[in-house]
Amino acid sequence: MLEINNLHVKLEEEDKVILRGVNLKIGAGEVHAIMGPNGSGKSTLSYVLSGRDGYEVTEGSAKLEGQELLEMEPEARAAVGLFLAFQYPVEIPGVGNMTFLRTAVNAQRKARNETEISAGDFLKLVREKAKALQIDAEMLKRPVNVGFSGGEKKRNEILQMAMLEPKMCILDETDSGLDVDAMKLVAEGVNALRGAGRSFLVITHYQRLLDHIKPDFVHIMAAGRIIKTGGPELALEVENNGYADLLAESV
Amino acid sequence: MADLDLEVRDGVDRETIETVHAMSGTYKYGWATEIEMDYAPKGVSEDIVRLISSKNEEPEWMLEWRLTAYRRWVQMEEPHWAMLNYPKIDYQDQYYYAKPKSMAVKPKSLDDVDPKILATYKKLGIPLKEQLILAGVEGAETMGERKVAVDAVFDSVSVGTTFKAELAKAGVIFCSISEAIKEHPELVKKYIGSVVPQSDNFFATLNSAVFSDGSFVYIPPGTRCPMELSTYFRINAENTGQFERTLIIADKGSYVSYLEGCTAPKRDTNQLHAAVVELVILEDAEVKYSTVQNWYPGDENGLGGIYNFVTKRADCRGDRAKVMWTQVETGSAITWKYPSCILRGDDSQGEFYSIAIANNAQQADTGTKMVHLGKRTKSRIVSKGISAGRAQNTYRGLVSMHPKATDSRNYTQCDSLLIGDKCGAHTVPYIEVKNNSSRVEHEATTSKVDEDQLFYCRSRGMDEEEAVALVVNGFCKEVLQALPMEFAMEAQSLVAISLEGSVG
Ligand SMILES: Nc1ncnc2c1ncn2[C@@H]1O[C@H](COP(=O)(O)OP(=O)(O)O)[C@@H](O)[C@H]1O
Ligand SMILES: [Mg+2]
Repeated sequence: MLEINNLHVKLEEEDKVILRGVNLKIGAGEVHAIMGPNGSGKSTLSYVLSGRDGYEVTEGSAKLEGQELLEMEPEARAAVGLFLAFQYPVEIPGVGNMTFLRTAVNAQRKARNETEISAGDFLKLVREKAKALQIDAEMLKRPVNVGFSGGEKKRNEILQMAMLEPKMCILDETDSGLDVDAMKLVAEGVNALRGAGRSFLVITHYQRLLDHIKPDFVHIMAAGRIIKTGGPELALEVENNGYADLLAESV
Repeated sequence: MADLDLEVRDGVDRETIETVHAMSGTYKYGWATEIEMDYAPKGVSEDIVRLISSKNEEPEWMLEWRLTAYRRWVQMEEPHWAMLNYPKIDYQDQYYYAKPKSMAVKPKSLDDVDPKILATYKKLGIPLKEQLILAGVEGAETMGERKVAVDAVFDSVSVGTTFKAELAKAGVIFCSISEAIKEHPELVKKYIGSVVPQSDNFFATLNSAVFSDGSFVYIPPGTRCPMELSTYFRINAENTGQFERTLIIADKGSYVSYLEGCTAPKRDTNQLHAAVVELVILEDAEVKYSTVQNWYPGDENGLGGIYNFVTKRADCRGDRAKVMWTQVETGSAITWKYPSCILRGDDSQGEFYSIAIANNAQQADTGTKMVHLGKRTKSRIVSKGISAGRAQNTYRGLVSMHPKATDSRNYTQCDSLLIGDKCGAHTVPYIEVKNNSSRVEHEATTSKVDEDQLFYCRSRGMDEEEAVALVVNGFCKEVLQALPMEFAMEAQSLVAISLEGSVG
């Protein structure tokens, strides 16, 4: 599904190197988790994959089902099936959540030469998906993320993901700042989307999310590199011992 | 109900996005109609004023009124205090009167109007048939039956007004002002120039001398106008100015909502538009006046476009009178416009909601004046200015609390959004408070279009222009919601279209 090869990234404006040769291969239907200390480059990786400005790729490639992502506009990456649940979802005053969703869904359909979803079908679909995430009609009407609590913002990201039905979902610390119940909802939302044709890259600091979303692989990122890869037990090791040993090991 | 509302609003935004794609960088209304015209000789003089008056078969008093204005005007100087830069206007190098030849004998009904003119309005999407304007609009059936009466002004003349008979049943007079001068001289005589005096300002004075047509509305006491009224202004002829005059009188306890739209063909030369709108609002009456101004803005390099110098003023003459101005200004090369409220009656209220978009080489200097004269008067100003390209956009507003306007309130919110770094936004508020019990609040913000918001939208699949349109429409939401439904749709698509080419 996603194949990242020797990815090197620096900031566009400064001479600061952030990613130093990331290699990662995610097969169809797999769930991978990335853990790692703050500042190790996890969010940067997710931003670079989705095409945010401000970064310069100095080397390497990232392919989604064989298509090079790094040369595409962000909207084209979305249209081929990439989705990022933001660590800090952005507020858009004055734009109704529902309008935003429908515009996004139809923009992607259009890009894929599919017909637009009818107003009725869309409404039905949104209501169904929103219900599962305990997002009420009021929240669908409110402007995108404006005045949403931390948990509401994260659930809203999952709603967008559910509506857009991407192939490759990246979740950047979607569990941070959530209480146990909200985290369960998010995990259920993710699990509901799991399937043979869909892969996940879950960035997290906590084992508890991985209790609910069972990863196939766990990677440890440090200083812009993946320093260790293992199974779910690796996350438990981090939970119990922190990163110190792993970091020492890799040096 | 909530869901329905949601669905309709949603459709509005879809429309925006679709229109952006469909338009791909062209001014939608830039085509011209090939039509034979009768022109008055170029330039302005007493003779031209007499000619216009006689073409309209006006009574003597009207001619005298015009001549007084003209004699005043020749002694006045064009004002230059606005933040606008344009070459000197040669007032003698344009036509002041252009009338389709087919209108030489006034058509008895719309069926007799030249099919070419009717086709023009059809192409513009203006219903000149007496039909439900909302036919075909998503969600229309949920909104109940809504009719909109239209007065269609083509260059210098009104070509027809719809639903006149039905309105007359309610006692509402809706006709062209040239007709009103003949048919209802007592009303016109009493009110014309009573809100915007002949000598008010250079452009209003010129208009007083040479106005050729426009709309007239009278709503009798206690009457709620049974439908929305609207005037659609089309400049078609080349090198011709449009000078229309609108007079609306809302008698005691009446209500009317009035819409105004404007377009013009693409031309390389600048064209002058100098209109006057007067609203007289008596005790307990309410007027809502909405404008979608989409005159040709000129090309990306600033070639051509309409010079729009407009004087609009409402006089809340009676106690508890209310007025609401809503404007969406997307067109014109130059906009000079300050719809104002004279809050004369005690407890009267004025509101001004404005979206002004200036892209490419456009320049807009627009705002309002709230003049509080009566006790406990209230006013509210919400202005959203968007600048893109190399455009300059100025909000200029006056809030004045007179000594007798005790316990009055004003709230002003003035937000500017910049797209790119070659454009400018300016806010020029004037505030005068001459009593101790009144309160004036002013909030202003200036921001750049947020890159994170754009990236967020794009990461969900919208292209850059869709993303900008969505974010800007969100920025303008408060004003868009003040518009009648059918205008809100048009306005949303306009916001998107007028920002085309502003990114990337
Ligand atoms: N736009 C930026 N400007 C300056 N520094 C940045 C920027 N983006 C990332 N960084 C820096 O790059 C490093 C990695 O950040 P980030 O990817 O957010 O880490 P993580 O998500 O793993 O906590 C940090 O040192 C951070 O400060
Ligand atoms: Mg991070």
